[in-house]
Amino acid sequence: MSGAARLDRRRFLQLAGGGVAVFFGVGPSAFFAQERRGYPDDFNAYLLVGRDGRVTVFSGKIEMGQGVTTSLAQMAAEELGVSVGSVEMVLGDTDRCPWDAGTYGSQTTRMFGPALRTAAAEARLVLLGLAARKLGVPRERLSVADGVVSVTGDAKRRVTYGELADGKKIARAVGEKAVLRSVSEFQVMGRSPKRIDAPDKVTGRARYSGDFRPEGMLCARLLRPPAHGATRRSVDVTAAQKMPGVTVVERDDLVAVLHADPDAAGRALELVRADWNTPEATVDDQTIFEHLVRAGGPPQEKDSRGDLAAGRAGSARVFETTFRKGYVAHAPMEPHAAVAEPRGGRFTVWASTQTPFPTRDRVAKALGVDADKVRVIVPYVGGGFGGKSADLQAIEAARLAQITGRPVQVAWTREEEFFYDRFDPAAVVEIASGLDGAGRITFWDCTVHAAGERGATPTYDIPNLRLRSTGRMSYGDSSGSGGLHPFATGPWRAPGANMNAFAMESQVDVMAAAAGVDPLEFRLRNTKDARMRAVLEAAGKAFGWKPGKGPSGQGRAVACSVDAGSYDALVAQVRVDARDGTVRVERIVCAQDMGTVVNPEGAALQMEGSITMGLGYTFSEELRFRGGDILDRNFKTYALPRFSRVPAIETVLVKNDALPPQGGGEPAIVATGAVIANAVFDATGARVLRLPLTPERVLEAIAAAKKAG
Amino acid sequence: MTTTIRFRLNGKPATLQTDGDRILLWVLRGDLGLTGAKYGCGIGECGACTVLVDRGAVLACQTPVQLVEGRDVVTIEGLASNGRLHPLQEAFVEQGALQCGYCTPGMILSACALLKKDPHPSRDAIVRGMEGNLCRCGAHQRIVAAIEAASKKAGA
Repeated sequence: MSGAARLDRRRFLQLAGGGVAVFFGVGPSAFFAQERRGYPDDFNAYLLVGRDGRVTVFSGKIEMGQGVTTSLAQMAAEELGVSVGSVEMVLGDTDRCPWDAGTYGSQTTRMFGPALRTAAAEARLVLLGLAARKLGVPRERLSVADGVVSVTGDAKRRVTYGELADGKKIARAVGEKAVLRSVSEFQVMGRSPKRIDAPDKVTGRARYSGDFRPEGMLCARLLRPPAHGATRRSVDVTAAQKMPGVTVVERDDLVAVLHADPDAAGRALELVRADWNTPEATVDDQTIFEHLVRAGGPPQEKDSRGDLAAGRAGSARVFETTFRKGYVAHAPMEPHAAVAEPRGGRFTVWASTQTPFPTRDRVAKALGVDADKVRVIVPYVGGGFGGKSADLQAIEAARLAQITGRPVQVAWTREEEFFYDRFDPAAVVEIASGLDGAGRITFWDCTVHAAGERGATPTYDIPNLRLRSTGRMSYGDSSGSGGLHPFATGPWRAPGANMNAFAMESQVDVMAAAAGVDPLEFRLRNTKDARMRAVLEAAGKAFGWKPGKGPSGQGRAVACSVDAGSYDALVAQVRVDARDGTVRVERIVCAQDMGTVVNPEGAALQMEGSITMGLGYTFSEELRFRGGDILDRNFKTYALPRFSRVPAIETVLVKNDALPPQGGGEPAIVATGAVIANAVFDATGARVLRLPLTPERVLEAIAAAKKAG
Repeated sequence: MTTTIRFRLNGKPATLQTDGDRILLWVLRGDLGLTGAKYGCGIGECGACTVLVDRGAVLACQTPVQLVEGRDVVTIEGLASNGRLHPLQEAFVEQGALQCGYCTPGMILSACALLKKDPHPSRDAIVRGMEGNLCRCGAHQRIVAAIEAASKKAGA
């Protein structure tokens, strides 16, 4: 079985053993025409009702913890009229699934979901048509429950989906007739079945890329430069070669030692001697901000309205603030891993990546073979957060498998994971804004350096506005940023939006306090957006917000954001120890409007997870580096949030069934830093303008606030 | 140096002929095919490799295999008995106390050791007991709830 031809509709149905299949696509495909070469271009997923009545959805999306295995199954089940348990998801296998760009940007539910539902509805229409003929009644007289079609009011006259699909070879594209079920009709969507992947994950049955062990597999460790930008002068592998059981590979840039036992491979690597030319460091984690502003080039205008000068002139008060934030690592619990197996002229690569199809193409290119000679399978992924869009480990495993002719595992150590991360970039945001005498925002002039514009446009009614950006957000190695960053940067859960919300919502809080207006009331006064008002009010109500101007000394605050189509308002309660600068978050309430909710528990879990992850960039996560040398390479010095850091998190889903489902994996993390920084201000009167809020910075801010009186 | 190591593994006798200095995590994952214990950091900071040795939590990435000689080792694959999930496993499913699942085996086994020492821990005791286990997806709140729920069930 090889060649892209196998993926045409007829072949697909043959392989599947017949049934009723519906093929569907998401969005305009022309954009990806180049990448998807060899795959049909009019669809990128299919759904099959087999002769056993089971439903299988084939998609190039992947499961990295966000719960799409369950939520997509719910959507298919809802529209087909079957139970969730009868839907199987086949994800991220380039031989079995049609082409897909990848899993990122909270798009799966928003973009893929409606297409999947339409396809499932189409399949139901086809099956109802077959049933109508079989039962001799018009389609309108039929009803479906749990995969059984029966005549309404005469339940004995019935036929199952399996009986209808048996012996059929029906392939349909999504037509125009299918009508989606409305929220009031939902039987599967809007509920919270247990996660489909949970039983596998609590028993150790769930397999991740590093858990595949083809016969004869070798574990590889690779020689790494001491710093990004370093070039190798010489290498000596003699001592490693003498170690029993060790295979050494030295090919161009690739120097690797392989052994059946990863630890032995690690010891062999220690025997490899190499000399490097390491460029002089020109920036570090303290000087980076000046560098970013200087090197980012002239600001590009991204948005504007009204007249800034007039807005400024008409302001009773003007506020100018600069915000900063360092580099943050993805640090998924599963470091990048891949296993490549050469067999029969093809390569099968199990890899932890968010982008199976682009990975397949990059692997094929590195091997010098056609793309159809490579099969990428993405099993469970142990966390991605945007950081597994790269796939160096898959390319390394495949190259070593090609050279040695053996199955090869490349499982990065935590140190390699930190070194090769594509970090959330350090950034600087400068905001000037003004207030009139009535506590209304008069103008907003914001320049973002290096964080990109996501989430930088204020969600407030501001008549005069300018948004500018420098140093485009680069997704890829450091060369992609034009030398702006000393190492690679890339998308990190709600890319750029965390920093932009920290800056925006801190600045709004500054103005609310200056106006002497309650910060929740201030936000409501400055926005007519109904969705924003609804989440602000819901969060305040759930928290038990008592109006009062800041700083109130209570240590409570509010912040809000819009991301991936969802609206969020967070209220936090903190306690600050003014002696040592430590901050304890006691409680966070998050109200979210994400349109129609597919799985309320799954949504709540994503909100809790987002906020918990956000505690990291808020309090402790800031990469230390000197030039291309990454100084934090493990959890001893780079601290993720632990159990004792996590407050009580309460989530409220604000009902908005008129809107299709919106993003859920990212929105709640966006305002986490902002709400906590604002709560520190409310507790102490001190404003910290740089993330993370380390005890030193909190103490400095408290001292500065005292001095300012 | 190759030695013979005899121990109990998931309730059954096991014998290994291997270098006793090798790391338990790689022996479990490689030689014994038990891939439930995960590599997360290699320095004992994350708890993803946690297994039970004589019912106590042990970091398999920090343990030479010779130390399990004569002892009782339980990995996540051996926690369910007679096809029935352990109350902690049930509670993790019930409470949705996981996302990517990579830290989950270590979480459950750490919790298991915690409940062995303190069958009805306070919330604070759970937080203290789980402090060595990292979760990046942020399932902490539900993990604590799952441990509380399991501690209320008999047989945990």
